[in-house]
Amino acid sequence: MPTIYIDDEAYQVPEGDNVLQACLSAGIDLPYFCWHPEMGSVGACRQCALVQYRDAEDTRGRIVMGCMTPVADGARFSMSGGSAGEFRENVIESLMLNHPHDCPVCGEGGECHLQDMTVMVGHRNRRYRGKKNTHRNQDLGPLINHEMNRCITCYRCTRFYNDYAGGKDLSAQASHDHTYFGRQEDGTLESEFAGNLVEVCPTGVFTDKPLVNEYTRKWDMQSAPSVCVGCALGCNTLPGERYGKLKRIHNRFNDEVNGYFLCDRGRYGGSFVNDEQRALFPGLRQSNSTYNAIESIKAIQTLVDWCVPGNKLAAIGSPRTSLESNYLLQRLVGEENFSNGIAVHEAALIEQISGILQNGSVATPSMRKTESADVVLVLGEDVTNTAPRLALALRQSVRNLAKEMASDMKIPLWQDEAVRVLAQDQLSPMYIVAMSDTPLDDIAAQTLTLCPNDIARMGLAIAAQIDSSVPGTEGMLEGFDTETQKLITQISDSLKGAKSPLVVSGTGSQNAAVIEAASLIASALQTNGADGNDSMLSYCLPEANSLGVTLMRNEAQISLDDICQRAAEGNIETLIVAENDLYRRAAKEQIDTLLSKVKNLVVLDAIGTPTLSQSALALPAATFAETEGTLVSSEGRAQRHYPAFLPAEQRDSTWHWITQLGQALALPGFDELDHFDQITAACAAEFPALQQICEASPLADFRNKGLKIPRQTHRYSGRTAMRADISVHEPKQPQDDDTPLSFSMEGSNGSQPGALLPFVWSPGWNSNQSLHKFQSEAGGALAGGTAGVRVLDPANTGSTSKKTNLPVESKAKKDQWQLLPLYRIFGSEELSAHSPAIQELTKKPFIQLTPEDATKLKLSAGDGLTVNIANQDCVLEVQVNTTIPRGCAGYSVGLPGACWLPPATSVNLGKAEIRANSRGDDV
Amino acid sequence: MMNSKTDNPLQATSVLTPAELAEIDKEISHAPYRAAVAIDALKIVQKHHRWVSDESLNALADYLGMSPAELDGIATFYNLIYRRPVGEEVISLCDSVTCWIMGYNKLQQHIIKRLDVGLGETTDDDRYTFLPAPCLGACDRAPVMMVGNELHQNLDEAKIDQILKVKSSTSDVNNNGRQE
Ligand code: SF4
Ligand code: SF4
Ligand code: FES
Ligand code: FES
Repeated sequence: MPTIYIDDEAYQVPEGDNVLQACLSAGIDLPYFCWHPEMGSVGACRQCALVQYRDAEDTRGRIVMGCMTPVADGARFSMSGGSAGEFRENVIESLMLNHPHDCPVCGEGGECHLQDMTVMVGHRNRRYRGKKNTHRNQDLGPLINHEMNRCITCYRCTRFYNDYAGGKDLSAQASHDHTYFGRQEDGTLESEFAGNLVEVCPTGVFTDKPLVNEYTRKWDMQSAPSVCVGCALGCNTLPGERYGKLKRIHNRFNDEVNGYFLCDRGRYGGSFVNDEQRALFPGLRQSNSTYNAIESIKAIQTLVDWCVPGNKLAAIGSPRTSLESNYLLQRLVGEENFSNGIAVHEAALIEQISGILQNGSVATPSMRKTESADVVLVLGEDVTNTAPRLALALRQSVRNLAKEMASDMKIPLWQDEAVRVLAQDQLSPMYIVAMSDTPLDDIAAQTLTLCPNDIARMGLAIAAQIDSSVPGTEGMLEGFDTETQKLITQISDSLKGAKSPLVVSGTGSQNAAVIEAASLIASALQTNGADGNDSMLSYCLPEANSLGVTLMRNEAQISLDDICQRAAEGNIETLIVAENDLYRRAAKEQIDTLLSKVKNLVVLDAIGTPTLSQSALALPAATFAETEGTLVSSEGRAQRHYPAFLPAEQRDSTWHWITQLGQALALPGFDELDHFDQITAACAAEFPALQQICEASPLADFRNKGLKIPRQTHRYSGRTAMRADISVHEPKQPQDDDTPLSFSMEGSNGSQPGALLPFVWSPGWNSNQSLHKFQSEAGGALAGGTAGVRVLDPANTGSTSKKTNLPVESKAKKDQWQLLPLYRIFGSEELSAHSPAIQELTKKPFIQLTPEDATKLKLSAGDGLTVNIANQDCVLEVQVNTTIPRGCAGYSVGLPGACWLPPATSVNLGKAEIRANSRGDDV
Repeated sequence: MMNSKTDNPLQATSVLTPAELAEIDKEISHAPYRAAVAIDALKIVQKHHRWVSDESLNALADYLGMSPAELDGIATFYNLIYRRPVGEEVISLCDSVTCWIMGYNKLQQHIIKRLDVGLGETTDDDRYTFLPAPCLGACDRAPVMMVGNELHQNLDEAKIDQILKVKSSTSDVNNNGRQE
């Protein structure tokens, strides 16, 4: 480790760092704007100036930019010497010439890096009295607010949006004092990661629009460490609350998972929490189908009557809620009466994946680790739309070639512009074999679209090319035309030469053979790939706890179909459904029949669903932001989310509803399940694969320097005023016995484990840039340790799951179109689809046809088509897409209004009813 | 980015004329990649239309395989690529330091009065657009201005009157190589 001197003080600093990063790691507050730990340096803002001396004798020195200067052993710097301090102040003063003095009405105020730096350099007096430049702002869509006057031209936004996230519709425009950052015209920013601009921009140019519209300052928000429930990746989040409403979701740094960035589904999808339709009280259905609000005591009594022993009881859990809730529900009714509520065919796919993850020989990388892949094969998955944040990670992986070129030339990787210019547009290879075009296609070396069985066949052919001994792959290659054969050879050669090849697949294609093929390729690479290669395999899963509830599975549990069967036989009187809309799990017909056969349907949910509205008793459940829970991400990482605030009125955590019921029924053991930790521990004890979940984060008795960890900042204001319309006597803050956090400003925040950081703040650093104060080194892992625990590590038994049947070649059948499941980041996921901002971006259910099919069927884009899927008429908007494979049609899965799609469905579109241009309908 | 293949790609060829396309293609033929000719292509479009409209910009971006935002970043960077309509000729009067010492202020007022046009505006007859310009690199002959592609130096009010008078008598002069 080199030693550098800063104001004659010696510091040991990491080799290869730049001086700014080294200063921040050493706890020296060197101001900066444009440097970003994840995006490196470009030296654009000139804020991080310090003086460098030739040697100990040199007294004059010269000004250098910390972020552009590599550390070198013996190098001498000064923060205050010469004119460095004055220089930094002058930089701020010049930025301030055009900056409005509008902090009081700015959506960044109180967590603004520009405010922090202005104070830090000591710039107090504005001397400039002239006119300031003003700009026209743009309407950038429902997610992001634009206020260009506040820009300091640091270029962080375009560096994130274009360089890092691959966005195309934001740019730096004009020049000198009227440089402008925006789109070519008004319109919604197209990148799925645009929301990160809110955190990347150090000023109030890009702010969170829903937050700005109902504004609360950071210091007035109550927040807690949480985990996104938008997909299975488990990005770490910080939901912030005020007045009982979820105000916003910020990124929570986790070096292994999401790093500094979230996707827009995760950032903006959480406001379903504020849905006014959410019930505050339990509802008992009346004979006229309306609900009467009842007290929770009464609800429990009703439940006790319905659940008395001898009554035929069953329960359905959910992959979108915690292990604890699922576990308790199973314990309440007994495993032989419990289904985890996943659609039958999907459950099989997830079990297959879970088997591969547990018993296979190939490691599943953390999301961070996927960025190190030098060749990527995506097999059958539209990653951006099913596991969005992973797509951003894959966008970094293709830059490994550039990084390698830079390393060869001894260019430090933080020299971002140099590394980019060096490689120009050369990328490491990524190959995408999917069902249609995907938003990652722009960085792919090759793309091919096929229907799922053919994707699997192609995967097997690739595996066979890598290792001819892979069983069951004989003759696979010959089944393809010469062009595809060439591509197969190209892909397998490329993968074979890779040091860190990564295969990405998942449940998206709803095809077991695709999943199998991906695993065969990854293990073939392990044996036959480049020497010492670090083969990786990632699967995208559908929901936040898909893997968790699958690991919680045991032989006795039953499937959703079993439940239907039992009900049909008249063997279910009371059915308890927790946080699950069954209409998203099976055909409408099947669920209608099931529910009609059940006498007492009890549904616990936080959102309104078609299932809930048929319940005899509806219990209002708490959302992720109002309760604690443990989720297992697709990587096999168990993570705990904590309530940012308590649920209003008689809403309650699902796990707590069930505990109360179990206790009221005096079920054995339930008296020992009073606390959340006890439930987690009981669940861990029962399922070997979940043994470690208690370690996901500290238990409720953890104390930070003897104190609880406050959810409110020390400046939290207006606790009395907030409810002065009710009473001026401020009630006692609610107690929290289930977590180490408190609903209060008191306590100790600062050196706790990484899983327990409720917000980042440090003296002088009010913005999210204060994060480095909580990291082991600037940009490194959290000093308190990375949140979450990996419960799955490859057993290296080498025996993967049972062999699936070999896929047959798809042949287009006359008048039949195979429906390909297509997903959308906005709308395909159930919870976020209830968020108003997401709804604005959600498309109508659609069907995608090839231009030839569209012509043949006399359809054009925008037409409405009524298609009968599983005996349900579904109105779909026609889209024309050249990339849909022949004999197939793309079908939007999960969008509000779309029907449930049975696996491998084919329809006769020739018989479908055409409606005039559907766009006309909704005027 | 979502669903790009389902959108109707902009038909570059329906907005850019064959003549423009031919000139652009010529540039492309000796460039390493299409986007490399962005500046030249913008100049070509401007030569044909006096300015670069949104439609032209979008079509050109499509033609060069760039996003409109990216191309607009380039177009707006240069003062002399016009993203709003301009008159037949652009008058750029230098307002930098030497020309200031030599009294450009008076000349500016003179032009404003004579043509009845403000800075950044175009005369009602669409003849002239009047813009300020930073140093034109002819400080030794200050004050200076450009009218179209011609530099006029050592200006005074009479000289300006003379230039504008000659111009107005030959108003269909082929400036900028522009084809009417
Ligand atoms: S908009 Fe924000 S991020 Fe972009 S240059 Fe301006 S201050 Fe920097
Ligand atoms: S990628 Fe998934 S987990 Fe991450 S923020 Fe987006 S929806 Fe949430
Ligand atoms: S942070 Fe160093 S120049 Fe901007
Ligand atoms: S100052 Fe006018 S030409 Fe240089």
